[in-house]
Amino acid sequence: MAMSEAALPRFRRLADGRARGGRVILLGTAFTIGMLLIIPSLFVLAISLTGESYIEFPPSSLSLRWYRAFFEDPQWMQSALLSLRIALGATVAATVIGTMAALAFVRGTLPGGEIIRVVSLSPLIVPSIVTAVGMYMIFAPLGLVGNYFGFVIAHTILAVPYVVLVMTASLEGVEMDIELAALSCGASRTRAFFEIILPNILPGAISSAVFAFLSSFDEVTIAIFLSSVRQQTLPSKLFENINYTLTPVIAAASAVVMLLSLGLMLLVVVLNRSLTGRVEKKLG
Amino acid sequence: MTAQRPAGAGRSTIGRYGRGTSVLLVLPLAGLLLLGFLYPLAKLSSQSFFGPDFTLAYYMELAAQPVYLKVFLSTFKIAFYCTVLALLIGYPLAFGLSRMKGWQQLLLLSCVLIPLWTSVLARSYAWVVLLQRRGVVNDMLVGSGIVSQPLRLLYTEAAVVVAMTHVLLPFMILPIYSSLRGIPRDYERAALSLGASLWRALFHVTLPLTLPGVFAGSVMVFIMALGFYVTPAIIGGSSTLVLATLIGQQMTVQLNWQMAGALSTVLLAVTLVLAVLFKRFLSFGRRMG
Repeated sequence: MAMSEAALPRFRRLADGRARGGRVILLGTAFTIGMLLIIPSLFVLAISLTGESYIEFPPSSLSLRWYRAFFEDPQWMQSALLSLRIALGATVAATVIGTMAALAFVRGTLPGGEIIRVVSLSPLIVPSIVTAVGMYMIFAPLGLVGNYFGFVIAHTILAVPYVVLVMTASLEGVEMDIELAALSCGASRTRAFFEIILPNILPGAISSAVFAFLSSFDEVTIAIFLSSVRQQTLPSKLFENINYTLTPVIAAASAVVMLLSLGLMLLVVVLNRSLTGRVEKKLG
Repeated sequence: MTAQRPAGAGRSTIGRYGRGTSVLLVLPLAGLLLLGFLYPLAKLSSQSFFGPDFTLAYYMELAAQPVYLKVFLSTFKIAFYCTVLALLIGYPLAFGLSRMKGWQQLLLLSCVLIPLWTSVLARSYAWVVLLQRRGVVNDMLVGSGIVSQPLRLLYTEAAVVVAMTHVLLPFMILPIYSSLRGIPRDYERAALSLGASLWRALFHVTLPLTLPGVFAGSVMVFIMALGFYVTPAIIGGSSTLVLATLIGQQMTVQLNWQMAGALSTVLLAVTLVLAVLFKRFLSFGRRMG
């Protein structure tokens, strides 16, 4: 016997009522676990704010002295600047190269395109230490270790999968007919791309650029192997110092990296929402 | 067969880029991957087979030396523990996430996503500070009189498992959460109204329906745990070696590139076999939340 529509809310209420006690326990457990997940990140923030010259928790006095120490240390700044420059280079390269390839995968006629697509995602699954060691062996004799371009090449390869994933999805969401309409009205392929497709895939392009940036800026394993004493990225320097530096400057440096990535991701969430909104309004 | 297809049917070629343009578009990516990624991997692997003539000596050594076997076993053991622990911790959280609304859900979701979006280094560093000899955990243990002397927590296998599970948990939670969201809650309610307790309803109705998500998360966490470098290097040091840190050590300390190549080949092979076997459960781009 099918239940009548009218009885459904009553059924739901009764059933939910029966399980209320257990559900409170479950949700309580979920919140406890959630807190445990986030505590280590908050913990780093807390110890970075100490006024003392050693690591203590909870901090007995609050100050920004370790942030000042971080930003005033020329070595930390050199690494931070290098990381920023690498991340920017890798972002531009990965976004352009990945978007071009996504165009070919979604809108092109490409024999064996599927194979290239799968291979382009493989840097996500190949263990980073294997990639790092392999790249080091090839890059070292070419003078690409401790070299800006070496870093950019490596990080572009790591960032490209995110761009390909996001941009293929983004392009698949654009109706082919709108481009056809532009073409049949006499627009060139290039013009159709810049005036019709590009505005539609812009939200995707922006979020994939941010992912590319973060995957480079945060990258540790490969950077360790490609770094030299003078050219060292921020994560690589952090990694080297984590077990030896006893001052909270590491906490401050970690917190800076953490807040930067968090800020960028939030920016994407907000931007994506408003951009999709705007595109939908335009089409609707 | 060149029968005319109606416009727009199937894989129509109308409006598609021609072959030449397509190849040009994909060329930079293909070149980059070939020279910067595939060639290094091939070179790394081939180096372990040639010295300079074809040899399996490095692999024989791998099999013969108990040290290597020990590291292999502990790598799999750690990856297994991480997967089980992540499942036990991740499932209730994913469940809670799927049953919450509004600000509660947002709060819990940010507990999952904020660690995912912050650097692995920062999260591993937190564990160093928590676990080191004069760290927070030891301070509390000694201060409260539970132990009389600080314990050795850092550089142990247990510490590696805990820290790695923490880093990898989002990759378990997100697939389970998305499979939980796909189940109509009325299934569970039906079981409840027929007299099942909540636990019974969850265990016999909800849980079996989320097995694909559980499987996807487990495969992802296991594969990532097998090849993880940063966290084991920081938390495990040289006293708790896993495959990835052993490769790093062979490379930088022992300067035995051939052995690093052989170990990398094994790790790569295991990873790729698992990835191909469980292809349909893997979903990339989880990082993006």
